Amino acid sequence: MTARVHKNLAHAPAMRSAGTRRSPLRLELRGITKRFGDLVANDQISLTVEPGEIHALLGENGAGKSTLMNVLYGLLQPDEGEILVDGRPIKIKGPGDAIAAGIGMVHQHFMLVPVFTVTDNVMLGAEQIRGPGGFLDHAKARKLVVDVSHQYGLPVDPDAVVEDLPIGVQQRVEIVKALTRDVDLLILDEPTAVLTPQETDELLDVMRGLKAAGKSIVFITHKLREVKAVADRITVIRRGRTVGTAAPDAPESELADLMVGRSVLLRVEKDEAVPGRPVLSIADLVVADDRGLQAVGGISLEVRAGEVLGVAGVQGNGQTELVEAVMGLRPIAAGSIKLLDDDVTAWGTRKILDAGVGYIPEDRGVDGLVREFSVAENLVLDTYAKSPNGTRFALNRSKIESGAAEKISEYDIRTRSPLHAVGTLSGGNQQKVIVARELSRKLQLLVAAQPTRGVDVGSIEFIHKRIVAERDTGSGVLLVSSELDEVLSLADRVAVMYRGRVLAIVSPDTPRDEIGLLMAGITGKQPLPADTPGEVREAAGDTETPDAEADGEETAS
Amino acid sequence: MSDENPPIEPGGTPETGPEPGKGGMLPVHPDALRADREAAGPDAVRQPADTPAPQPKRTLGQAFLDELWADNAFTVTLLAIVLAAIVGAVLMVLGDEPTRQQWAYFFYQPGKTLSASWDLVSSAYGNMFKGSIIDPDSFNRWIWGVDNVTWQRVMYPISETLTFAAPLIFTGLASALPFRAGLFNIGGQGQAIMGAIGGATVGFAFSAPGATAWILSTLAGALFGALYGLIVGVLKARTGAHEVIVTIMMNYIALLFLGWYILQKGIHDPNRPDAISKPVHPQAMFPKIFGPTATDAGLRANLGIVLALLAAWGVSWLLRRGTFGFELRAVGYNQDAARTAGMSVGLTLALTMGLAGALAGLGGVTMVHGDARALSADVVGQIGFNGILVALLGRVKPWGVVWAGLLFGAMTAGGLRMQADPGISTELVTVIQALIVMFVAAPMLVKAIFRLRKSPSSAAHVGLAQG
Repeated sequence: MTARVHKNLAHAPAMRSAGTRRSPLRLELRGITKRFGDLVANDQISLTVEPGEIHALLGENGAGKSTLMNVLYGLLQPDEGEILVDGRPIKIKGPGDAIAAGIGMVHQHFMLVPVFTVTDNVMLGAEQIRGPGGFLDHAKARKLVVDVSHQYGLPVDPDAVVEDLPIGVQQRVEIVKALTRDVDLLILDEPTAVLTPQETDELLDVMRGLKAAGKSIVFITHKLREVKAVADRITVIRRGRTVGTAAPDAPESELADLMVGRSVLLRVEKDEAVPGRPVLSIADLVVADDRGLQAVGGISLEVRAGEVLGVAGVQGNGQTELVEAVMGLRPIAAGSIKLLDDDVTAWGTRKILDAGVGYIPEDRGVDGLVREFSVAENLVLDTYAKSPNGTRFALNRSKIESGAAEKISEYDIRTRSPLHAVGTLSGGNQQKVIVARELSRKLQLLVAAQPTRGVDVGSIEFIHKRIVAERDTGSGVLLVSSELDEVLSLADRVAVMYRGRVLAIVSPDTPRDEIGLLMAGITGKQPLPADTPGEVREAAGDTETPDAEADGEETAS
Repeated sequence: MSDENPPIEPGGTPETGPEPGKGGMLPVHPDALRADREAAGPDAVRQPADTPAPQPKRTLGQAFLDELWADNAFTVTLLAIVLAAIVGAVLMVLGDEPTRQQWAYFFYQPGKTLSASWDLVSSAYGNMFKGSIIDPDSFNRWIWGVDNVTWQRVMYPISETLTFAAPLIFTGLASALPFRAGLFNIGGQGQAIMGAIGGATVGFAFSAPGATAWILSTLAGALFGALYGLIVGVLKARTGAHEVIVTIMMNYIALLFLGWYILQKGIHDPNRPDAISKPVHPQAMFPKIFGPTATDAGLRANLGIVLALLAAWGVSWLLRRGTFGFELRAVGYNQDAARTAGMSVGLTLALTMGLAGALAGLGGVTMVHGDARALSADVVGQIGFNGILVALLGRVKPWGVVWAGLLFGAMTAGGLRMQADPGISTELVTVIQALIVMFVAAPMLVKAIFRLRKSPSSAAHVGLAQG
């Protein structure tokens, strides 16, 4: 990439008065298909970005947005389809080509050298050179940074060291860096994921400013509010396919629906729940995320024996943190958690597991399995020191292996032998290993986070049946999923989470529209934004004062 | 949130498509990988039989371990030894004045030049063999009863090899075991010194009857080493202090403490003018394995090697069947999963370092109680540092460490005999040892030189280089 950028710069020595080289650029993607082995990450995606527009690419994590943008930026090569700039097909073999074509990208994870100054970072890869000796021309580079940041209203201190800057400013540096490469189209990959609400608002302002300066922006996100605030057009991607294009005045519920999807309704056959006494009682729980920002803001929930409590919501609204807090994996800032009659707020994970809590973690490859361990070892990952698997001192290998053989046949885990590394199994079978491990001991409560993510249909059905069967034996189940279908088909009660709060607890028979609205943060009693059409307002059941914020947090149940 | 941790897929297997660099110039966004997993939902176009799973973030140590255990591991080790011997031969020729001068006449009398070089190299390596395994000459003379050569004389090279190998096996294990938990223990040297101090102090301060003497001092040495290692582990678990930095610094502390300690009243041997401690009681010395009479014939091999083999067996058992070993390996591979499964990562790391310290401490004890008898400033030599090399050469597996320790022991023993030749120095042995480990640690180089078939792990290596 470095070499290419150099070449590009050498051809345009007078550049860097940023933005004057080209007229605004029209980008068209036609039928982009990207496969990884058997999997289709992008399936015939077409989209057009008009000059000077902010085009939002909306979709859940893993929908294929980033893959598409990596194709566009030349980091991945498409298997099919073409990219047209101003009507002319171009081949993008790497980021250098993309930059040459006027396309810049700001990655979700910043590509900055923390100990370098802002100027040095901006210059990196496109060094300003002075004299025959090829010395770095700091003065010129610094001036360039100052010019660009003035021109686009992106205040940055060119001499500050990057690691001392707040995240929001670091992101600004990334944008300045892209702009100094003289690009006309900026791809912002989940730019708000790392920002605080205030920083987000600032970024949205910056985006409007760039648009005014004639830049096109592709804005990748899964947050509806932001999309509605800045986008000119919205393309929704789900499971690698474009499922719709919408104008920003489309109702949030429609967007949420498009994002989460309603195509398949996997109905699970189950009897009416017979709820018993509360197994898990959460009271006023407050939990911070990894950045120290409040992710769960005072949740109270109750899971009773013999019922499935589903937690629905667009990903990133505090579900992950809620589950980790329940499992003792994340410090609890305030509130309490009770398991049956014990206050487990201060308990460690081992103690919680031993008290009869089963846990299917959200990210199986990171938290659920040790890839290098055998299937048998993974099947006892949290019960290895208990009879009959072993004692405090020694493992009973033969018991572990015979137990593994039983579970492999009971849960239909496709592996060549119990001694094969679990990392060699397919995703569905890996998930079955976790399910088998957690469900094969006596449980009071099962905490299942995204239990079927990235799992093939057959395994999904199997896992769903197992979860219902566990419920029927009298365990409580806390199910967290960003797949609305999954929640609706499994849960006996549905709690909808939005920005760290439970907005409402509803029956799974509630119309999807209503739940979709709740997922977008709109409760029935809460007014809708001004630009929402009337008919949806009726669906939401209320139509007064259309100018208020669509936040709805205050009305949390 | 978990999606802020990019999963690193180093393999670049067909299922996962291209591999993302680790935040380098050409990053593939992790979502690209997540995407293909999730494209496998109910309405995906094709039903994928194999959905690649997310991978936890790989540490450098993890990647190194993978590389170390790649295909051809045994072949590569063997070839590394051969390569090191070849480079060593070149160095010998360059280092020997007459042979070097002979090379000036290479085109005039090439035969003579080559034969002179061959003579030099073959006699040097021949001596190494004779000094470490068996001298055919003394064997023949023992068989035919010439010159009153005894069996002890025949066994002498082996005895030397075992004597040198024992402490190296201990320190090798002390380096290999933490490696399995994802820790780099550079502190074997310091832990060995503390072990030697503990063992020797008990050895000369208390006199106990019979075997209790050496058993007590051995335990004391192990305890001292364990505590010294535990400090590092606790710091790591509590504060995140990196064990490499801490252990390196603690090596200095231990070394300087030893220098001070042996000069103290009650410790220093009043009968000696130099810096040396009192000798340990004779009962506290390790019994010689070839019996008391052999000792007079110079067979130094002692109980240390037996203890070292027991320790290797113990470590091997721990890793395979021990409950703690299970935790240790889980933590080494994937701390997140270990924590999620309810293990205490901090405790595991701390105990691992304690155990490693105990092993290194036993290495120190073996130096004193096996042979040296008293503490001096360099009583443990370089066993701590060489232990790291032994662990790498043994591919951080217990029995691998035993073989590597025996090889290093043999090279040290043989090196002493080798320097009998004028023009060959003992330092050459150190150079060859270093070269072997270098070649083992850079398997790509060896594979390239010998054009071995690429192992799947080579892709991981490239990924690492790019990242």
